[in-house]
Amino acid sequence: MELLTFSISEVSKMLAEKKITSQELTESIFERIKKVEPKISAFVTLLKKSALKQAKDSDQRRSDGKILSKLDGIPIALKDLLCTKGVETTASSNILKGFVPPYNATVVNLLEQAGAVIVGKTNLDAFAHGSSTENSDFKTTKNPWDTSRVPGGSSGGSAAAVAADECLGAIGTDTGGSIRQPASLCSVVGLKPTYGRVSRYGVIAMASSLDVVGPIAKTTEDAALILEIIAGHDKLDATTLNVPVPKYSENLDKDIKGLKIGIPKEYFATGMDEDVEKVIRDTIEKMKKMGAEIYEISLPHSDYALATYYILQPAEVSSNLSRYDGIKYGFSTLRDNKNQALEDVYFKSRGEGFGAEAKRRIMLGTYVLSAGYYDAYYRKALKLRTLVKNDFERVFDKSANGVDVIVTPVSPTPAFKIGEKSDDPVKMYLSDIYTVPINPAGVPAISTPVGFVSRDGKKLPVGLQIIGPVLGEQIILNVSHQLEQNLSIKDKPEL
Amino acid sequence: MLKRDDVLQVAKLARLELSDAQVKKFSEQLNSVFELFKKIEKVELDNVEETSQVTGLRNVFKKDEIKCDEQATTCSTDNLLSNIPYREENKIIVPRIIEER
Repeated sequence: MELLTFSISEVSKMLAEKKITSQELTESIFERIKKVEPKISAFVTLLKKSALKQAKDSDQRRSDGKILSKLDGIPIALKDLLCTKGVETTASSNILKGFVPPYNATVVNLLEQAGAVIVGKTNLDAFAHGSSTENSDFKTTKNPWDTSRVPGGSSGGSAAAVAADECLGAIGTDTGGSIRQPASLCSVVGLKPTYGRVSRYGVIAMASSLDVVGPIAKTTEDAALILEIIAGHDKLDATTLNVPVPKYSENLDKDIKGLKIGIPKEYFATGMDEDVEKVIRDTIEKMKKMGAEIYEISLPHSDYALATYYILQPAEVSSNLSRYDGIKYGFSTLRDNKNQALEDVYFKSRGEGFGAEAKRRIMLGTYVLSAGYYDAYYRKALKLRTLVKNDFERVFDKSANGVDVIVTPVSPTPAFKIGEKSDDPVKMYLSDIYTVPINPAGVPAISTPVGFVSRDGKKLPVGLQIIGPVLGEQIILNVSHQLEQNLSIKDKPEL
Repeated sequence: MLKRDDVLQVAKLARLELSDAQVKKFSEQLNSVFELFKKIEKVELDNVEETSQVTGLRNVFKKDEIKCDEQATTCSTDNLLSNIPYREENKIIVPRIIEER
């Protein structure tokens, strides 16, 4: 019996029935990592010793009848953007290589308090800047379905690790699609919660008004289980919402008869791969057969959303990355040469420490915020953000006969080849076209595996994006679960 | 259209040292990104409010108090200063910015 192919909810039952122990499970995960990690490169740090200790503690709690949650004893991976006390946290960037945080991100504390076993830290595009993990300063993660292709990004390490059974679930972050797009490209479930639903405390900041933390898992139920542990108000993050957290995993069984699904015409206009479009259209047809009502809707400002995002996001990036100055922490030319002028420390530490994409975004952001361009770009983007947000509010407005959820593709293409877009930032940015409008609006969205397309004799996954209104996590999880039950996709990558 | 001098000026504002090759490459790449922004130039937005954040929360306060975790690692000066590049005991050393006369 291959333990590690099971979902969290299945394994949780096996643990409860004492058919297995967390130590056996964790051992088998590290066996699997040993086998497949040379092909996948999902992790930047492995935590075998502490994980086995956590597993042993979990088994002890279980025999004492004191388990902490359904995640107790379950091996989970963390994107290396989350601070872990005493464990190197790099954001996959050279400038933070060797950085050891003195504290945990709130999400890490919550997972540990729930008894989760932390397997390791996963690779990402440095500072979460990218859609392929090729912008990692360390290495590129490979897609388990075809190792010549990218896993997506920026949470590509987390998605690939889940898809390759190197952990049972993982944490990612999403600023413009960084959970959903890799989930789609790797055939796993990825949920971007409502902005403020999950604490960002201790998560290395990319664009603070857009960043959210969320689960990547094998099934919707597992994503729900993780979300109900990590969601909630946090005094240490003033942007978290003080709203009770439902038991998401216990409310997934409602069928979708009479559910109103909106299909935004703007998302099907141009540029989508034909095979991907067919999978998406077939899925919508299936949802109709399951009893849902399908409506064509319009999100008229979608066309401006990408530009809005690529102005606001680098502006916030340039501000957030100004803290890496060679004085407080991280890479610094001062370490080797103590006799330098302050300006030289700034210029050289940042010049050597940041990779190309971080530099591009810092420069873009600095430019759109600089005198003379602030009004033309930044202020305009803030106003367009209002219109993008209003589009979503209008179509979800119940008093105006609004829809329950919106359904779109996640990515216009299946996983692309490593190197195909890495030297053309615009091409790379366009791969986010269906995911970026969601973040400025702050609404939740989930990527659910719905099928495959064939390329070079290999199966490449396609995900469906299900978008809900603000704090509508329960309904999108419910719809995703129903669809998953109906489609019953059992395919696994061959590794 | 961003020119070489503009790129150098932005790099200076951002305190980034760039090689000549990077200046050339970034000029091209940034200009191609600015093509994406062309779309918004002509949109009429005079009466539209700005949105900086979407939570609707305002003036969220908390008590300014020191809280340590169980092992007190988050309150240990040594721990908190452990990532400082140039340090002498509990002092962070910064290059001199005011010259002596």
